[in-house]
Amino acid sequence: MKQTDDPGSWNPYLAGALTGLVAVASVFFTGQFLGASTSFVRSAGMLERLVNSERVAQNSYLSKYLQPGVSGIDWQWMFVIGILLGALIAAATSGSFRLQAVPDMWQRRFGSKTAFSRALTAFIGGAILLFGARLAGGCPSGHGLSGVMQLAVSGLVALVCFFAGGMLVARLLYGKGDE
Amino acid sequence: MNLLIWGLATGIAFGFLLQKGRVLRYDKQLGALRLIDMTIVKFMFSTVLVGMVGIYLLHDMGLISLKLKATILGGNIIGGLIFGVGWGLVGYCPGTSMGAIGEGRVDAFWGILGMLFGAAVYAEVYPQLKTSVLTWGNFGKITLPQLLGVNHWLLVAAMIVLALGMFFWFEKKGL
Repeated sequence: MKQTDDPGSWNPYLAGALTGLVAVASVFFTGQFLGASTSFVRSAGMLERLVNSERVAQNSYLSKYLQPGVSGIDWQWMFVIGILLGALIAAATSGSFRLQAVPDMWQRRFGSKTAFSRALTAFIGGAILLFGARLAGGCPSGHGLSGVMQLAVSGLVALVCFFAGGMLVARLLYGKGDE
Repeated sequence: MNLLIWGLATGIAFGFLLQKGRVLRYDKQLGALRLIDMTIVKFMFSTVLVGMVGIYLLHDMGLISLKLKATILGGNIIGGLIFGVGWGLVGYCPGTSMGAIGEGRVDAFWGILGMLFGAAVYAEVYPQLKTSVLTWGNFGKITLPQLLGVNHWLLVAAMIVLALGMFFWFEKKGL
């Protein structure tokens, strides 16, 4: 099932199963379940703190994660930085690193000279997504992987809703069918 | 400090495997949401199956404890749907957006800026949400086996059968 036109790619079942072993090892050695979206709250708070630290200290949500005088960098924050590095290593060592501002599928649908509208859509989508993730209590890592592997009701419910919302928008953007 | 190094190392392993599995790409994420390329679903459920067996084995041996997120239907459902809408637009989730940058996908950078903005907005309206949406349907930290009152291995087996059936169907349809 190895795709020959895609240098260095692994079968997704294999890569996924190995990720399951990484997840179990993480819980075994450090008690940490995989997750990502909380780190975006911490980072937003750290940036806000540069401008107005009083405001962050008084915010009931940010102060759950950021105590005054503490860096706010924790296991998960380093984990999220690690994702970037790990992907960079895998891409660079297999010749699949590629600077690209507009994804192929988007280009086929909306044209190649759409870098601005793609950037704007990504920004707006990112804002909506993280708001939703915090309301739901997690993202596809925290709920979808860690929650579902523990058979948590919250993880199963959230995962179904992630896909339901995403499929609706994908249908509106791309219509029915393949291309 | 040791825990931070563990975090970085675990993230590097995760990012490496996400890239190898081709899960980081907009085309793959939208491909799944359009039901034309199920790569990310294959990856996710393979992770979940292996993780589920490992976690419950270690848990039954008393070596680890579960860390459950509370089931609050108002937050899980409404937040989940909002997440999905944003996901369909940006085409990356929080973890994969970081990996996508590592692969050279510039649009993920704008997505991450949006995510930071969304986090800041959420922090502003949290007091209102805490007393409304986040009180609707609060069942606390429960698992499906607890909810149904059955042994967890029964549901682990059911999940494995369901996922393998789904994988078989994906391969048959060439998804």
